Amino acid sequence: MIRFILIQNRAGKTRLAKWYMHFDDDEKQKLIEEVHAVVTVRDAKHTNFVEFRNFKIVYRRYAGLYFCICVDIMDNNLYYLEAIHNFVEVLNEYFHNVCELDLVFNFYKVYTVVDEMFLAGEIRETSQNKVLKQLMSLQTLE
Amino acid sequence: MEAVNLLSSNKYTEKQIGYLFISVLINLNSDLIKLIIQSIKNDIQSRNPVHVNLALQCIANIGSRDMCEAFADDLPKLLTSGDTVDSVKQSAALCLLKLFRTSNDVISPNETASRIVHLLNDSHLGVVTAAVSLIEALSKKWPEEFKGCVSLAISRLSRIVTSTYTDLQDYTYYFVPAPWLCVKLLRLLQNYPPPEDPANKTRLLECLDGILNKAQDAPKSKKVQHANAKNAVLFEAISLIIHMDSEPNLLVRACNQLGTFLSHRETNLRYLALESMCLLATSEFSHEAVKKHQETIINSLKTERDVSVRQRAIDLLYAMCDRTNAENIVAEMLTYLETADYSIREEMVLKVAILAEKYATDYTWYVDVILKLIRIAGDYVSEEVWYRVIQIVVNREDVQGYASKTVFEALQRPACHENMVKVGGYILGEFGNLIAGDQRSSPQIQFDLLHSKYHLCSVSTRCLLLSTYVKFCNLFPEIKGHIQQVFSADHNLKNPDAELQQRAVEYLQLSKIASPDVLATILEEMPQFPEKESSLLSKFKKTKPQVEEIENQVAEKKQRPQAVMRDLSQTGSITGKIIDLDDTVTTNGSSNSGIIDIFGTGAQNGTAPADNMQEVLKLMLKPNGILFEDPIIQIGCKLETRSNLARLGMFYGNKTNAAFDNFAVAVNCPTQLTDQLVVQAKPVDPSVQGGAQVQQLINFVCLQEFTEQPVIQVSFNYTNTNGTQQSFSRLLYLPIFINKFFEPTDMAAEQFFSRWKQLNQANQESQNVFAAKFPLDNDAIKNKLMGLGSKLLENVDPNPENFVCAGIIHTQALQIGTLIRLEPNRQAKMYRLTVRSNREMAAKTLCALLAEQF
Repeated sequence: MIRFILIQNRAGKTRLAKWYMHFDDDEKQKLIEEVHAVVTVRDAKHTNFVEFRNFKIVYRRYAGLYFCICVDIMDNNLYYLEAIHNFVEVLNEYFHNVCELDLVFNFYKVYTVVDEMFLAGEIRETSQNKVLKQLMSLQTLE
Repeated sequence: MEAVNLLSSNKYTEKQIGYLFISVLINLNSDLIKLIIQSIKNDIQSRNPVHVNLALQCIANIGSRDMCEAFADDLPKLLTSGDTVDSVKQSAALCLLKLFRTSNDVISPNETASRIVHLLNDSHLGVVTAAVSLIEALSKKWPEEFKGCVSLAISRLSRIVTSTYTDLQDYTYYFVPAPWLCVKLLRLLQNYPPPEDPANKTRLLECLDGILNKAQDAPKSKKVQHANAKNAVLFEAISLIIHMDSEPNLLVRACNQLGTFLSHRETNLRYLALESMCLLATSEFSHEAVKKHQETIINSLKTERDVSVRQRAIDLLYAMCDRTNAENIVAEMLTYLETADYSIREEMVLKVAILAEKYATDYTWYVDVILKLIRIAGDYVSEEVWYRVIQIVVNREDVQGYASKTVFEALQRPACHENMVKVGGYILGEFGNLIAGDQRSSPQIQFDLLHSKYHLCSVSTRCLLLSTYVKFCNLFPEIKGHIQQVFSADHNLKNPDAELQQRAVEYLQLSKIASPDVLATILEEMPQFPEKESSLLSKFKKTKPQVEEIENQVAEKKQRPQAVMRDLSQTGSITGKIIDLDDTVTTNGSSNSGIIDIFGTGAQNGTAPADNMQEVLKLMLKPNGILFEDPIIQIGCKLETRSNLARLGMFYGNKTNAAFDNFAVAVNCPTQLTDQLVVQAKPVDPSVQGGAQVQQLINFVCLQEFTEQPVIQVSFNYTNTNGTQQSFSRLLYLPIFINKFFEPTDMAAEQFFSRWKQLNQANQESQNVFAAKFPLDNDAIKNKLMGLGSKLLENVDPNPENFVCAGIIHTQALQIGTLIRLEPNRQAKMYRLTVRSNREMAAKTLCALLAEQF
C-alpha cells in the first residue's frame, strides 16, 4: 500500500504531497523534511530504494524533481518504480513536455492526474491512453 | 463553507475545486461534515459518471468513520451493478477498499463476495486492476468466502503472460503485457496455499515457468523501463514460488536467475537479487543452490559502494550459513565488521556471535571469534554476547585453559577494550590457575596485568575485577598480600560508589579472617550454567522485528535456528536428585547406628523396631529431611501444614540397581493416637525401579493434642549385591508432632506477660531444667525456635538472653494457645524451659520434646 506520494525539488520545496494515511500536520512536515534529507544525499551509485522508518521509499529523480513514493516494506520495488515512470510520462503528455513550473501553476490538475492513476493507496489505472483520454474529456468540460 | 457550496454546483470545474479543497484541507471534526456527506451522497446517485467519480475519489481520499457508515450500503451495490460505467467501477472498488481499511465491518462478505470475485473476469483491465487490490485485502480477512478468486486469477494471469504484445494494446508497457496487473495477481495468489486442483496447479506452474523463461530471453527493448517492468513481474513470481515452497525445480531455477543478477550492472537488480536470495536460502530445496554463489556474494560485500546493498549481502550470508561454510562466512563478516558502518555494527556483532556459537565444532574457534569481536567492535558488543561466551567457557572444561591463555594474551595488547577486561577478569578469576604454571603468566603477572587496567575502567568493571582479586586470594595465596593492599587502598575502601566500597571492604575482611578451607569453599569454581534459549537470539529478534516478520511470513513451516547450548552438564547422581538437603542432615542420617545387618542372611521376614527416633527428632524443627537411610533405600519427607491439617510427602529412593517389588507402606498408629490424629496414606506403586524415586502423600488431621508419633511400616523385596532376593521391613516413626500444627502469633510484651500470668495454674505449666546437648549459640537457638512453628518474639522478655515464643496449636477440637520461655544459663551450660498452655498435655508434650532439641 502506498503511504504517501511526494514530489520535491532539490531545494526541498514540495510540489505535490498526496497522503494515503493519516498524519498530523506537524508529522507531515517532519516527514517531508526527513524524506528530503534522505533522498537528496543519494547519487547514481545508490539504489532507488531506501529504508525509511518502518516503510521504504521508492524514488526517482527527474531533472530537478524527486518523485518519491513511500510504500510498505513488503511491497515490490520495481513495481512502484515503474509506476512513478508511468505517472511522469502521463504528466509529460498532458502538459506537453512538463517542467516544474507546470506543476506549480496547475497544481489542481496534477491532483486530478494523481487521482486518476492512484487511489486509496493502490494503483488505479495503468494505461496511459485511457488516462489521457479521460483527462482530455475533463478538460473540455466547463 | 464556500467550498461546500461549490460542491453543490453543477459545473464540473467548480465541483472539482470544491472537492479538491475538501480533500486536502478538511478537518474531520468540523460541523460541515454532515453537509459534505450529504453533497457526496447526491453526487453518487447522479447520472453523470464524472460527478460520481469525483465523489468517490473524495470518499477514498478522506475515508473517515462517518463516511463509512453513510456509504457502506451504497458502495457494494454501485460496484457490482451492471449499469455502472467502468471508470466508476474502478473508483468504487478502491473506495470500498479504503473504507474497509478504516473499519472492517463495512462489508459483509456473504452476498457480495462472489460478485466482487467475478470482477476479475471483466474485460476492462483497469477494473480488474482495481478489483484485485480490493480482493487481496478482503481475502486476507475472509479467505474462505473469496476462495473462488484463485482460479479466476490464475486463468487471467496465464492469459496475460501468454499474450503477445499486440493483444493488450493499451496495457502493454514497453513491450511488457500488463505488468502491474500481473504483479497484483501474483500477490493475490500469495494469500492462498498452492492450488490443489490439478488443472489450476498446472496452469499456474506453466505461468511461472513462462515468466522465468521470458526472463532469460533476449530483451525486446534496450530501455531500462522494459527491463524493470519485466523484472518486477519476475521478482513477484519468485516471491510466489518461495511462498508455495513446493516445486524444487522452480526454486532452483529462480535461484539461478537471481544468481545472474548478482553481478548485473544495475545496482537495483543486485540489491533485489540479494534480498530475494535471502528468502530462498531458508528454503530447504534451494539452500544448496544459494550456497553456490557464496563467492560472488562475498565479493559484492567487499566491492559494493551502496551500504544498503552490502547490508543485504550480510543478511544473505547470515541466512545461508551452515556447517560447511560457517568458518568462512564468519571470517568474512569479521573482516567486514572492521570497516562497517556504525549503525549496523551492533546487529552484525549479534549475528557473528550467534553464528559462531551455532556452528562451532571446535570451541577454541568460538572463543577466538568472540574475543576478536570484542577487539574489533568492543563498544557494540552488548552484555549478552560476553555473558554468553563466559557461560560457554564455564560449561566446557576443554576450552577453559585455551580461553585463559587467549584472554591473557589479548589483555597484554596496548589498546584493550573494557569488555575485554571484563571477560578477561572473569575468566582469569575462575581459571587463571590453569595457566599459572607458565612463567610468562604467573600469578603475579596476571594480577599486575589486570590491575594495570583497573583505573581505566568503569565502576562496574572495577567491581568485577575486585571479585577476581578475591578469587586470586584463593587460587594464589602467595600474592594475597598484594591483593589485600589493593583492597585496603583508600580509593577502594572509601569509594563513593556503594557497591565498589562494599565489595572492597567485604573482600578485605574475607581475605583476612577466613581460613584457607573456608575461602576455598566460598570461592569455589562456578557451577555450570543451565541451558536456556540463547539470550542473543531474543535480543536479535528484538532489534530486527521487521526481518523477523518477513521471515515468519515466508517461512511459517520452517524452523528458526535455535542457538541452544549443547547439553554439557553431567547427569546428576541419584542421591543428588532425591531431595535438596543441607549437609548436616545427610551426614547425620547416614551414620545411622543400630541398623540390623540385613545382608547375606537369606530371606528374612523379621521387622526391626522403629528406631529412627533420632532422625525424627531432628525433623521436629524442620519441615524437610531424611527419615531413614541405608545402602538400599533412602526415605525422605517433606511436610506442609495448614491449621489442623498436615500433608507429608514421603520420598522413597531405591539406591540399588534392581527394582523393588511388593513395595508397601502401611500406617501403624498406637491405639491412643488414632483418636487424636487421623492418618490417611495414599496408595503407592508396588514396584520401584532401580535408581528411581517414588512419592507418597500421607494426610493428617489433628483432632486433639497428642503425644505419640504415628508409625509406618515399609516393606518390600529387593535384590542385594550378591544377587539374591531379600525382604526388607521396617517400622519408622513419622515426624508428626504437636508443634507441627502451630500457628505463630505475634504479640507485644504486655500482651505476652498478661497471658503468661493468666496461665498460672499448675496444670497449665510445664517446666524442665536440663543440660544443654548442643552448644549455646544464639543464632542456632533462634533458628530452632523458629523452626518450631511458633513465633519467636523479640524484645519481649526483659532479659535479652531469654527467648520467648507464642503460638496457637490448631486441633479440630479446639485451639490451644501456647507460650514458651527458654532461659539459657551459659556458665552452667543449662537451660530452663517453661511451657504454658491451656491444655496440660500439650504443655507437657512440648516441654519434653523441646528438651531434646537444645
